[in-house]
Amino acid sequence: MAFKLNVNGHTSTVDVPGDMPLLWVLRDVLDLKGTKYGCGIGQCAACTVHVAGKPAKACLTPVSAVGTQAITTLEGLSADGTHPVQVAWQEIDVPQCGYCQAGQMMAAAALLAKTPKPTDKDIDTAMNGNLCRCGTYVRIRKAVHKASELTTSASAKTVQTASKE
Amino acid sequence: MNKRYDRRSFLKVSALAGGGVLLSLQTPEAKAQGRGAAAAPAPDVHAFIKVAPDGTVTIVSKNPEVGQGVRNMLPMMIAEELDVDWKNVKLEQADFDDTKYVGQSAGGSTATPNNWVPMRQVGAAGRLMFVNAAAQTWGVPASELTTASGKVMHKGSNKSAGYGELAAKVATMPTPDFSTLKLKDPQDYKIIGTSQIAYDLHSIVLGKPVFGIDVTVPGMLYGVFEKCGVFGGKVVSSNIEEIKKMPGIKQAFVIERPVVTDAVIPRDPGLENGIAILGETWWHAQSARKKLVVKWDEGPRASESSAAHAVKAAELMKQAPQRTIRADGDAEAALKTAAKTVEATYSYPHIAHAPLEPQNCTAIFKDGKVELWTNSQTPGGGRQMVADTLGITPKDVKVHMVRGGGGFGRRLTNDYMVEAAFIAKQAGAPVKLLWSREDDMTHDYYRPGGWQHLTAGVDASGKVVAWKNHFISFGAGEQFAQSAGMGPTEFPQRFVPNYALHASVQPLGIRTGALRAPSSNAFAFVIQSFIDELAHAAGKDPVAFRMELLNSAVPLPAPPAGGGGRGGAAPPGMNPERMKAVLQLAAEKSGWGKRNLPKGTGMGIAFHFSHQGYFAEVAEVKVDAANKVKLNHVWVAGDVGSQIINPSGAENLSQGAVVDGLSEMMSQEITVEKGRVVQTNYHQHGMMRMAQTPPDIEIHYLKSTFSPTGIGEPALPPILPAVANAIFSATGKRVRSMPFSKSGFSWA
Repeated sequence: MAFKLNVNGHTSTVDVPGDMPLLWVLRDVLDLKGTKYGCGIGQCAACTVHVAGKPAKACLTPVSAVGTQAITTLEGLSADGTHPVQVAWQEIDVPQCGYCQAGQMMAAAALLAKTPKPTDKDIDTAMNGNLCRCGTYVRIRKAVHKASELTTSASAKTVQTASKE
Repeated sequence: MNKRYDRRSFLKVSALAGGGVLLSLQTPEAKAQGRGAAAAPAPDVHAFIKVAPDGTVTIVSKNPEVGQGVRNMLPMMIAEELDVDWKNVKLEQADFDDTKYVGQSAGGSTATPNNWVPMRQVGAAGRLMFVNAAAQTWGVPASELTTASGKVMHKGSNKSAGYGELAAKVATMPTPDFSTLKLKDPQDYKIIGTSQIAYDLHSIVLGKPVFGIDVTVPGMLYGVFEKCGVFGGKVVSSNIEEIKKMPGIKQAFVIERPVVTDAVIPRDPGLENGIAILGETWWHAQSARKKLVVKWDEGPRASESSAAHAVKAAELMKQAPQRTIRADGDAEAALKTAAKTVEATYSYPHIAHAPLEPQNCTAIFKDGKVELWTNSQTPGGGRQMVADTLGITPKDVKVHMVRGGGGFGRRLTNDYMVEAAFIAKQAGAPVKLLWSREDDMTHDYYRPGGWQHLTAGVDASGKVVAWKNHFISFGAGEQFAQSAGMGPTEFPQRFVPNYALHASVQPLGIRTGALRAPSSNAFAFVIQSFIDELAHAAGKDPVAFRMELLNSAVPLPAPPAGGGGRGGAAPPGMNPERMKAVLQLAAEKSGWGKRNLPKGTGMGIAFHFSHQGYFAEVAEVKVDAANKVKLNHVWVAGDVGSQIINPSGAENLSQGAVVDGLSEMMSQEITVEKGRVVQTNYHQHGMMRMAQTPPDIEIHYLKSTFSPTGIGEPALPPILPAVANAIFSATGKRVRSMPFSKSGFSWA
């Protein structure tokens, strides 16, 4: 079956079975390898992407269910690593193996879009579904706060610039 | 795969002489397989260092990266002595190549101790070559030259040249003898000891294809491999003809192999029987596989169960031990005269590694040669096994080392590698083999479970006078199952005058192997919990009691040959002074004995020596009436020698070791029914999550005068008993069996 998908701002047509999870369409058909397979049953959230701006587990999302909703993967967060989450992840040196971090970053980006200044509890709640086998949780928390600071200061700057103009 | 990883542009010069240190190193996998390493190559600076005319420095990272940070760490040692700025360094991952590199494996926390001297020598030799090139060019004595930031300088003539300007010259230079090299004074370090973010981090945050699972090669098919749930099962019949007709399926075939009949399953027993299915995407192959109906000949192991193992273990415990591994003094007599004796049985289950990236390997077989992309922790062992299985020579097996999404010991064995190679050969097409999570959970090399029946005695002054352990494990005859043995020097041997270690075993039909801090990850829980019991029986503070025990080292003859298993005290054995120092540090940092804790809150302490690392850890927990455990704080004190090479990586790895240990303690258990593993995915093999992780895990390193050793493993074992002891302190409940979830405990 042919599906027209809107991934990272581009439209792609794929010819795949309707029950094929978005995860495998992204990885094996569209060659977007940033989204990771960890469990296939929604337990680890390494495959977290945004569908219409909300975090979704790509391993449990059949491609037929996506329709025209905008899909964002880690590759679409920014082209050059300048999204506050990507910047913070580097500054805090979060990963060990790094395999779960795509899902962690996508979950964090979704959290910050909704809650720009999250508390530890907000972070724990929003990101409890994302497993990190290496155990980098202390740093992930730190990095989410850092990304929050970067987002807030960036938007403060934008406001300043706008008011000058 | 990656343009940075282009090996052809390397300068080729003659090999360096004087590889004494490197020659003494042997790869762990070669040792483990009893093969003896191939003759070690003479160190060649140009296999590690490339300087482009524009001054860009490229350093080769030779070891497998599975999240332990070695890709940064080894090049940092080289860059330091080469005297270049880290910000100008590019890293390149080596392929497996035993004509150029030594010890290309990841295991046993060995990368630091094995490479600390040779990698700095490589850098220093490189620096000397640039100095000599400048001396020749300028006609001045080399002794008058200095270096800094990738430049050679001559103060007398005010001349300077970047390494890039000298690179062409260096290619023609005679190479220095390693024995003449002078290494830097640690006080002058500019890179070693500074935090450097993981080199691949930028690629990771961009979602670039850096992992094994991300590898693609032209024309490749996606493969799955269905094996029997019971190890050693054979295909009798199947509906494979129907599978071949399913959408997107390119090929399907049965692989028939000799069945492993050894009483003790070998370390890496090789390719198993099964059915390979190849599809145009992995989803096609995996979907077709779900329709597969196979009749298996499950073989003799199909009758095993964890329930039966437990019954048998209880029987063995009541009987006289099958053998004695160690007997110092007379434990039986000393127990009879002890003022107090304590007796307890501890147990721990099998557990899985479950690295987040499932096992995978990509293979191309062409013209009698195979090319592989793998994140094996022992690519050399994998290469040998592939060669043996395919009937080709190791030099016809090219192994590319790709970043691994976690290792933890799972990738020390190479089943996925030999499967991919064999399937690609049979298919006549490139294949990316990917295991499902279910494959991974049910076909692991599990940390073996076990039971320990301990009896110890303290005298009237509270000193431990006798320690007896009946260690119940798996194996056959005098052979333990893989990673299921206890060595003759396990703590507190040497610290108790009357010490007896007896062992009994029963057969096990599932594969076992090393899991991060093998044996220590279970033994520390037993030993340090039991020591806590003794401290309370003696009416002593747990820290003071441990200090006294560490002060009681008795000189004893060397351990008997054999004995089986890798004990906690690999040579050189534990130095009690170093352990006392970290115990003291952990106590100080945690405010041990100095804080008033509310009811239901308790602190616990434990120490353990493994992989040459000294760690003491304290946990503070709050336990409610429903046995929900809230971890308030964790303090870690470690001594891994004189130098932490990359502090950011070291802290991360140590915090991760704590989280890993907590998962094992509370939630993880693999059980066997009808010869097969019951647990299939993460919902049945729990892992710590964000909300359960304490706000901070404080890491403190004590810098001693000893040569640096590894961190990945030794930081893990003490956290399990530290939490167990904290739970006892908070509740009076002594939990002697893992996982704690089975005793009604859970994380708050």
